[in-house]
Amino acid sequence: MSYCREQGKDKIIFVTKEDHESPSTADITYNPEEDDDSPGLILPNGEINWQCPCLGGMASGPCGEPFKEAFSCFHYSQAEPKGSDCIEEFRSMQECMSKYPELYPFDKDEDNDKEEQTKTTTTVEQKTSEEVAVTKESTATRAS
Amino acid sequence: MFRVAGSVTASRLSAVCCRTVTAKQFQVHGASLHVLSSETSRKSRNGPAHHRIPPSWQSVRTMASAGDSQAKINYIFYGLAVLFGGGGIIYYMRETSKDGNKTKKSTAAVPAESKEATEPVSEKPTSETTKSEAPPAELPPTETPAEAAAPDAESKKLLDAMPQSYPDYEVMPDIPGHAKYLLIGGGTASFAAFRAIRASDAKAQVLVVTEEEELPYMRPPLSKELWYSDEPKLVEKLKFKQWNGKERSVYYNPPSFYVEPKELAYQENGGVAVVKGRKVMKLDPQKQVAVLDNGWEIFYDKVLIATGGRPRNIPVFERASQEVKDRVTLFRGIKDFKRLDEVSRNASTIVVVGGGFLGSELTCALGKRSRDSSLKVIQMFPEPGNMGKVLPEYLSQWTTAKVRGEGATVKPETFVKRARFSDGKVILKLNTGEEISTDHVVVAVGLEPNTELAKESGLEVDDTYGGFRVNAELEARSDIWVAGDASSFYDIKLGRRRVEHHDHAVVSGRLAGENMTGARKPYWHQSMFWSDLGPDVGYEAIGIVDSSLPTVAVFAKATEKDTPKAVVEETGESLRSVTETEAEATLPTKEETVAAVSGETTAPPEVEIKDPSDPASATGVEPSASEKTESATDEEPAPDVEAAAKLVAEVETENRVAPTPKEDYGKGVIFYLRDDIIVGIVLWNLFNRMPIARKIIKEGKQHQDLAEVAKLFDLHADED
Repeated sequence: MSYCREQGKDKIIFVTKEDHESPSTADITYNPEEDDDSPGLILPNGEINWQCPCLGGMASGPCGEPFKEAFSCFHYSQAEPKGSDCIEEFRSMQECMSKYPELYPFDKDEDNDKEEQTKTTTTVEQKTSEEVAVTKESTATRAS
Repeated sequence: MFRVAGSVTASRLSAVCCRTVTAKQFQVHGASLHVLSSETSRKSRNGPAHHRIPPSWQSVRTMASAGDSQAKINYIFYGLAVLFGGGGIIYYMRETSKDGNKTKKSTAAVPAESKEATEPVSEKPTSETTKSEAPPAELPPTETPAEAAAPDAESKKLLDAMPQSYPDYEVMPDIPGHAKYLLIGGGTASFAAFRAIRASDAKAQVLVVTEEEELPYMRPPLSKELWYSDEPKLVEKLKFKQWNGKERSVYYNPPSFYVEPKELAYQENGGVAVVKGRKVMKLDPQKQVAVLDNGWEIFYDKVLIATGGRPRNIPVFERASQEVKDRVTLFRGIKDFKRLDEVSRNASTIVVVGGGFLGSELTCALGKRSRDSSLKVIQMFPEPGNMGKVLPEYLSQWTTAKVRGEGATVKPETFVKRARFSDGKVILKLNTGEEISTDHVVVAVGLEPNTELAKESGLEVDDTYGGFRVNAELEARSDIWVAGDASSFYDIKLGRRRVEHHDHAVVSGRLAGENMTGARKPYWHQSMFWSDLGPDVGYEAIGIVDSSLPTVAVFAKATEKDTPKAVVEETGESLRSVTETEAEATLPTKEETVAAVSGETTAPPEVEIKDPSDPASATGVEPSASEKTESATDEEPAPDVEAAAKLVAEVETENRVAPTPKEDYGKGVIFYLRDDIIVGIVLWNLFNRMPIARKIIKEGKQHQDLAEVAKLFDLHADED
């Protein structure tokens, strides 16, 4: 049973769990998938959204250009398997990144979030070596 | 914390604070991560570890499951590619072809020939498509591993072969005479802008000119994480630990990210150069040139003004003697943090002037420090409660009690009338008549936007909100944009405003950067802000959160067990009056009356009346009612007996109406209304719900029943 009180211009309502059991009759729905505010990595027109916060500073750092080239190449690659015609671009990206070890470090010892490891499984991880999985997991969760 | 009875060890407190506070803030301060909308970062803020989902997974899962299989492959491959760099892909391919034979990664530094790659690659995509979950696509630039743990000989040669090989290097000026993208100011908005510019234009040459002697850094940890760290060595380096144990620097990028200004023009792939310790005095919008304080001229194609603001001072301290001024910190940046950090280790008293975000956060931070030392922290402000301009009064009062619970003395409705230096101390004479002797004063009373270059540059300054006036696309005049604290912009939804928050600096900086590369987007994505006051109270907010607006709040009712908190709410109105009645030792105290009526024998534990002039005042966690009244022996003005009696009566009446269990502002949502439309929302101890709040603001509808709207936030979600 909810309870309400007023304090001047401010109204305060206290609700119990039961009060909130029935669905909302408010004239608004929120659907996370339809959130057009953040288009995500791929724009509706199929292009890559370089502004996506999910990329962090990858597209804008010193190796932004080689990174964009490599990833664009992959994105539009029609080869089979996809991206196999982009090895050169990936190579230059890696070469660039090696010049900035501080920005693109290679971390082998990340094992902070074992609990997240169990939650996020993909066949990729299952197939790859354990070392690869650990690194990716911890880097990913660090990204969060 | 206020629930903890008995002894509370410093380490336990710091552990709680560190874990909770850093958990709450971790993401927003990440070098790259803060550019994520802040709330995605705060998704993992609370709750037991096994419930926490890193935001990256959530959004990536959404993306991955929403799209078609091609999109899924994209994310997966992207994840791998970014993770390992090109060479990593090669390495991975080689690894899977080697029957799990684990070679050391560093030896695989040299990329393999493409031929070797073809066989194992075919395995990957097919197996990946069957999975709905993709590895995270979100990775910060600083943590993406590259193959070369040890740079090979070739790379080393490249590194060594730098400036000497630049043609005409000797005659190249230290500061470029031209910049395609000129950013004035080196703070958060500027950082977000240069990241956005380079994301659109990956060969962009960006020149940042900042007055500070620092590379771009983030501000929130200076009043949060850095104070709650148990690792002084990290704090010294301006680093802190995130909830996941990873270290983070307050600097957005390490120095190696930046290019020397002198070498900017030589960079084939552009870069970002920062000129430190220089101020732009004026812009000529028609000639498109900026003039520095040393007379140097920089011609620009596009310029961003992200000058932020400088901390306001109060006239009393501006007029004070130099000895007083030397002991006053106007808190804003790294050097202020360092100063205060040092002072707080040796001082016996620190006064914080200001009851808003910064003042309250610093008070809590210093309050925590005071538990391990003899430091006394006193906060004062003219409003009736902490966050008085932001939170509705009942919540402001509740928050004030919380701040007191952090170990500080809070004096609402108090301001400094005079300040003098005497015998090594600063003596403050307050409006209440009280005199306080203190070692140091921190002033956190707001920001004055840095619009000095407006007049000379023919730029409009907003006389209502302050700051440079810009349109919805953040443009002031042709090719001149303004973002961050200094920007008074037109918000399509909420009208013209100026916002002084971290996330806004990120959102507007990014938008300005995108528009500087031709995007022509209006301010659309509503920024949010947040604050934490100790481990129990945290809130996120969005839109116009002004306590002068009418509000409607929905709180989840307290569970059956009576909490000490409940008593605070019950007497919420009377907290102020408790302070006022400090001197009324002889009155049949309101505390006792209220305690009797509500059936409690102890007064709210957080309400500590710490009187500096009374050594007998209780500083424990749960002072009893009688203790409190006895401690009131300071020189407060004569009590208003009538007013106090009236309040007692009011509270009694209220108690007769109030049902049990007691009101509890444990968690809830507060709607701020303007013409019956929700223009602002505060999520009180509720997390992962900012997108819903954002949508409500965006829709700008008139809602008939706000209680129904509140249902969308699933207040009881975390309950069993």
